[in-house]
Parts: sequence; structure tokens; C-alpha cells
Amino acid sequence: MSWSLSSVVVEMTDTPLVIAGKPFNSRFLLGSGKFKNKKDLSESITAAESEIVTVAMRRIDLERHEENILEYIPAHVTLLTNTSGARNAQEAVRIARLAKASGYGQWVKIEVINDSKYLLPDNQETVKATEILSAEGFVVLPYVSPDLYAARALVKAGAAAVMPLGSFIGSNQGLKTKEFIQILIDEIDLPIIVDAGLGAPSQAAEAMEMGAAAVLANTAVATAQNPAMVAQAFAMAIKAGRLAYVSGLPPKRTCAESSSPLTDFLYDNVPAN
Amino acid sequence: MNVIVNGKPKQLASSQNLSDLVAAFCKQPRHVITELNGAIVPVHQRAQTSLKEGDALELVTFVGGG
Repeated sequence: MSWSLSSVVVEMTDTPLVIAGKPFNSRFLLGSGKFKNKKDLSESITAAESEIVTVAMRRIDLERHEENILEYIPAHVTLLTNTSGARNAQEAVRIARLAKASGYGQWVKIEVINDSKYLLPDNQETVKATEILSAEGFVVLPYVSPDLYAARALVKAGAAAVMPLGSFIGSNQGLKTKEFIQILIDEIDLPIIVDAGLGAPSQAAEAMEMGAAAVLANTAVATAQNPAMVAQAFAMAIKAGRLAYVSGLPPKRTCAESSSPLTDFLYDNVPAN
Repeated sequence: MNVIVNGKPKQLASSQNLSDLVAAFCKQPRHVITELNGAIVPVHQRAQTSLKEGDALELVTFVGGG
């Protein structure tokens, strides 16, 4: 008897990622910072199949007439403007309003950092900014340290998702905050998007297996020798992790459990060697 | 006339409006957001926004970021 692979139909029954009512097929958000050149960025977005890309806002350089980054991001991609550079809620609100004035900046990633050593987000100021900007009609995705109370406050403040850090920004250390992110996944009724610190596709897969709705990566892709190739590897890992999560992985056990039957041996009374 | 653009003193012809100023400094003016003395000026109002001595302008745009 023979059977072919085509007779085995594996249906991936997954729903799209929905943020603020908008469906996305990709669960990979890509950051656009640190790329050596804009061609690498453009190719990485394609390889990643990302539908949400983060950008930052800065004063223009009056001396250098540079090509704008927006020219390298496909039109179908949702721009998520971060508020990097903001040290408090007020500054984050100002940056968000500037972005919105461009006509592209309805989606905002609140990033409030006033510590230059660890670059940890200030959860309290982030909640304040979320409250103000949600009320003004922004789609707000706040970047936070994974804390249950802060996440609950963000739900109340009108956040569209919560983005906890996996480890320090740009550290490539992976899911150092795993247990705390798991609490958010279990308790918070918003998409949990793991942001910051993911340095390898395996780490992204791990986050997805836990039930994260999506992940965001930047440094790991942008600073790799071949950014587009790593972007594709991340995309595959994220799909694999998601598929594993949806499949209902069995729990870990502390003891062994044989994968083969332990009865009905072919030979009884086999002498031990 | 003397104005401050992104924190730096600049000299402009007196006839320049905000739209001219943006075009002088930026390759893709449509991606630039302008603030005049702390208030955002929408894109469609730039051409009608005249500048005066001592004005403080901010020209910001999108750059790469995570």
C-alpha cells in the first residue's frame, strides 16, 4: 500500500491579527531603524511580509537633502510612528500630533524613555499618553515593561494592543521577561505584541508559541549581514510558532512518558544483555 | 529676514512663505510636517502662511526607527 502526501490535508485554521478593527495576515511587525541603506530596508519589508512597519520622527537635516524613508515603504503597509525621543507623556503626545498632521500618522507606538542606561519604558507616563491620544482618535500601541497593572490601566486608557519588551532594546537577548509576558497574554483582552530584545527567529517562535499575537523586530534584522534573509527567517519562525500555538501544544511534563507502547513486545522473556 | 529653523538661525528673502521654505530644505515636501512658533501648520495652509522676522520653525519628517 502506498500513500501520498497530497492525501494528507493540513488546514491552517487561523484568524487574522486584528488591531483596532483592522485585519492583518502577517504577525511580524518590522522596525525600520538601523538599516545600512534603504534598499536593505525595502527588501527586508518584502521578505518579512510585514504589513506594519514602525518609523520615528526627527527634525530634518537642513544640510543634507536625503531621500525620505517613506519612499521605501510600500503603500499597503500600515505606518506605526513611534514617539522615540519622548521623555514624558507630554512630549509623546506632541510627536504623535506631528505625525498625524502628515496624514500618515494615525497609528502610534507610544515609547516614553527617560533612562539612558537601560532604555526602559516609563509605564506611568505611557498610560497617561495613551489616555490622551486614544481620546483624540489615535490607534495607540504602547511599548511597556510587562506589568499586569500597567497593562490593565492601558486597556482602560483605550490602547489597541500592548507591546511588552522581551529584553532590553537592541540587546538580542530574547525572552528574559517570559513569565511576565505570559501573564499579559493570559489576562489581557488585547493583542499582546512582543517588542524589543528578540535577536533570533527561534526567540520569535517561542513568543508566538506562548500565544503572543505578534512580534516586532528591528535590530536583529537591520544589523544582520543579510537583513532580507533574516527577515524571511523571522517570518517563517513566526508562522511556525503561531501554527504551534493554534494547534494546542501539550503541556511540559516533569517525568518521562514513552512514545512507543510498553506492552505486547514481539518477544517475551528476552534475556537482558 | 532672520528666522530660526530647527534651532539654527537662517536668513530668508522677505517674500518667502512657508511653502517656499519647505521646498528649499526638503526633497520631498509632502513628507514634511511644519510647526510655526509651536503650532502645527497643515500642508494645505503652507502657501498662505507668510513668515516674519524672528519666527521659529520646526521642520520634521519620518526616519527609520523601531
